[in-house]
Amino acid sequence: MTPLLQVENIAKFYGPRIGCTDVSFDLYPGEVMGIVGESGSGKSTLLNCLAGHLTPDRGVVRFDTRSEGLRDTITMSEPERRMLGRTDWAFVHQHARDGLRMNVSAGGNVGERLMAVNARHYGEIRAEAIDWLGRVEITEDRIDDRPTAFSGGMQQRLQIARNLVTGPRLVFMDEPTGGLDVSVQARLLDLLRGLGREMNLSAIIVTHDLAVVRLLADRLMVMKDGHVIETGLTDQVLDDPQHAYTQLLVSSVLQV
Amino acid sequence: MYVAVKGGERAIDNAHAWLAEERRGDISVPELSIAQIREQMALAVNRVMAEGSLYDPDLAALAIKQARGDLIEAIFLIRAYRTTLPRFGGSNPIETEDMTCDRRVSATFKDAPGGQVLGPTFDYTHRLIDFKLAADGEVSTVPVSAPQQTATPHIMSFLGRENLIQREPVGDDVPDDLTRTPLELPASRALRLQSLTRGDEGFILGMAYSTQRGYARNHAFVAELRIGAVAVEMDIPELGFAIEIGEITVTECETVNQFQGSKIQPPQFTRGYGLVFGMTERKAISMALVDRALRWKELGEDNLGAPAQDEEFILYHSDNIQATGFLEHIKLPHYVDFQSELELIRKLRREAHQNISQEAAE
Amino acid sequence: MSDYNFAYLDEQTKRMIRRAILKGLAIPGYQVPFASREMPMPYGWGTGGVQVSAAVLTPDDTFKVIDQGADDTTNAVSIRRFFQKTAGVAVTEATSQASVIQTRHRIPEEDLRADQILVYQVPIPEPLRFLEPSEVETRKMHALEEYGLMHVKLYEDISQHGDIATAYAYPVKVEGRYVMDPSPIPKFDNPKLEMAGIQLFGAGREQRIYAIPPYTQVVSLDFDDYPFQPTKADHACDLCGAQDSYLDELLVDDEGGRMFMCSDTDYCATRRKQGHVGAQGVPYAEDAA
Repeated sequence: MTPLLQVENIAKFYGPRIGCTDVSFDLYPGEVMGIVGESGSGKSTLLNCLAGHLTPDRGVVRFDTRSEGLRDTITMSEPERRMLGRTDWAFVHQHARDGLRMNVSAGGNVGERLMAVNARHYGEIRAEAIDWLGRVEITEDRIDDRPTAFSGGMQQRLQIARNLVTGPRLVFMDEPTGGLDVSVQARLLDLLRGLGREMNLSAIIVTHDLAVVRLLADRLMVMKDGHVIETGLTDQVLDDPQHAYTQLLVSSVLQV
Repeated sequence: MYVAVKGGERAIDNAHAWLAEERRGDISVPELSIAQIREQMALAVNRVMAEGSLYDPDLAALAIKQARGDLIEAIFLIRAYRTTLPRFGGSNPIETEDMTCDRRVSATFKDAPGGQVLGPTFDYTHRLIDFKLAADGEVSTVPVSAPQQTATPHIMSFLGRENLIQREPVGDDVPDDLTRTPLELPASRALRLQSLTRGDEGFILGMAYSTQRGYARNHAFVAELRIGAVAVEMDIPELGFAIEIGEITVTECETVNQFQGSKIQPPQFTRGYGLVFGMTERKAISMALVDRALRWKELGEDNLGAPAQDEEFILYHSDNIQATGFLEHIKLPHYVDFQSELELIRKLRREAHQNISQEAAE
Repeated sequence: MSDYNFAYLDEQTKRMIRRAILKGLAIPGYQVPFASREMPMPYGWGTGGVQVSAAVLTPDDTFKVIDQGADDTTNAVSIRRFFQKTAGVAVTEATSQASVIQTRHRIPEEDLRADQILVYQVPIPEPLRFLEPSEVETRKMHALEEYGLMHVKLYEDISQHGDIATAYAYPVKVEGRYVMDPSPIPKFDNPKLEMAGIQLFGAGREQRIYAIPPYTQVVSLDFDDYPFQPTKADHACDLCGAQDSYLDELLVDDEGGRMFMCSDTDYCATRRKQGHVGAQGVPYAEDAA
């Protein structure tokens, strides 16, 4: 089976400082990869390199495009990459404000990606927006409200709807539950798990929260100081950590 | 019964005639001469030359007279005239190092070769209206001494010797001319400086002031402010060498700015630069501060989101001729578009009322 | 003004503008940057249109200038005089007799022919400007054909007002590629953008020229279920009776009394000369000067 994403030897430096280095992995359709580490581990740098927000200094990121098979997205032209970003890829930001248009209604936010790929029937766009808002548990009567009128959790759910409406195959998530109340986090994770299964989504999730990866990720990469220090199946890594740092991380999680 | 009124042409002719009368004012009052404006309103003349981008004090004085003292209107006249002038070629860069300084001050050193020369400045005057001027403009003779013979090297060159100030790149390339090529972003520093030197003084002043108040503060010190005459030289191909074609007065301001640590270089002072026609120091200092603020990217600094750092914002809004043109154009008839808005709003209100009465019925 | 070149601009400048025009015609709807010159009238008052006209006029042309559809509004008078002085071209108020027409905010009611050029004055050439203030970003959006935001705006209008709330400067897609602002013409005029004449658009202050060659496809943006409608006031012209021309609304007394008349003064006068009379009109005679 062709991997959906093939990452080889990605490295990014800031002068003499290592952002991330020597990162390689394959991701298959339907798989969720978690990248964990503390602040400064390089996980966000890595995610941004994979998603095309930063240009890595070394390495390739091959994506299995619908029309042409595996293509290196680093060397792709900007128009192609931006098109990928509107259709097959999605990016869920930590702060919903970065991933939403705050001065556009919820319906407009969800409909934008549809309109960007030439949806031209207002009624149909609105119906699909209502459907998606329902799937992320936002009631229909909120469709014309601006995100500024939503709670943090609702904004995040709206961001997810906006991203998933065009049926992307790969979702990048940067601390998707960061800054949310615990009960809100739980609800969001449940939602993500359900949608992920339903749509057979592949995802790469960056987080410092081990509970998130326990719930959502099939596989796990642990990063420290820009290096990947341990990888494996989530349950294996969390239940039987091999590297000293992983052991430290796991044991530091409060059991309540 | 309505008869279509015509008469735009006559209205314009009459308006122009009345304008000419107002411009002259009370005819029992002596008429202003160009020489009077040039001599006694020199700072207004300077501003018009600087923002009109044309060095000609007599022409600027005439423009001020024609514009009834509205300096932006006068600048407009100069700019329009400038468009029609043929170009013979370009001068060599002026050497401000060789300037005969009428005024030269530095805030960074107590003294330096060439001295601190106050020049004819308002700085230490007490701003008390001098009612004597209303009647009697006689000036007492100013004591004169022998002209200064020592050279006046740039203060920055001393900092440069210790490598404390970043070096500016030197090149022979002729920079793009802002008045001949469309402005495209990102803009080179040369284009930014061209835009700033002819930008509206009030706007640039406000932007500079904002940096001092914390909107991308760059801790500016005035290393040097010098005002005086420089020679303008031009290469003449037929002669094979450069000749002096004239002399202009310019104001040059170099600021030393604190370097806030970046990823690229060990600490050095950085520079802001201002250069303006005539004795125009408020503008030159403002220009230096805004120049420095706009350099954040090439110096590896953070974009703090301050207006003075936003190249697009500054360059698109600093030209007062563009600004006033567009601002004032809203006086022109817009009734066709307004009519279409009227029709639309009436229609939407009709539909809204229909919806409301439908819902009330249900 | 004999010290000035024909039509004021020097030949080098005209050359630069003509190159921009040719590029604009080759890429319909694409905004070509050009080095706009300072003109003797203010930016925002038609300098873009004036520079384009100056570049295309020849001594044999007949020139018409309209503003809000009328030849006699003050700015049209001023621009027409400018070209009479600097170019010495023949001028006319009759649309059918003009070879070059400079216009602000209207397209003439009478169909233009293949031998005519229509020059539009444009204040803000960028259709995305009010959604995205950055020029760097909008140029990228045009280059990458990223126009989703444009439709988002239309969507928002319908969700808030029940209909698309743009009445003038209504955005269009040209030859299926570039989204363009047709200048602040009422949306009623949009269908006329498909014509036999050459259309040139000049924005002086913003330094852009764009163009639509003859018989080019120009489609007003809309939704399939909210199709574009070129609407006008539901009246006929009170002077000439025309049912199909764009109308000005005039206030005639202080009790709110009003009348409607053709915005296109030449069209109205021509119809009245042909004998048409509207509800408040009198048979044609020379109007009061």
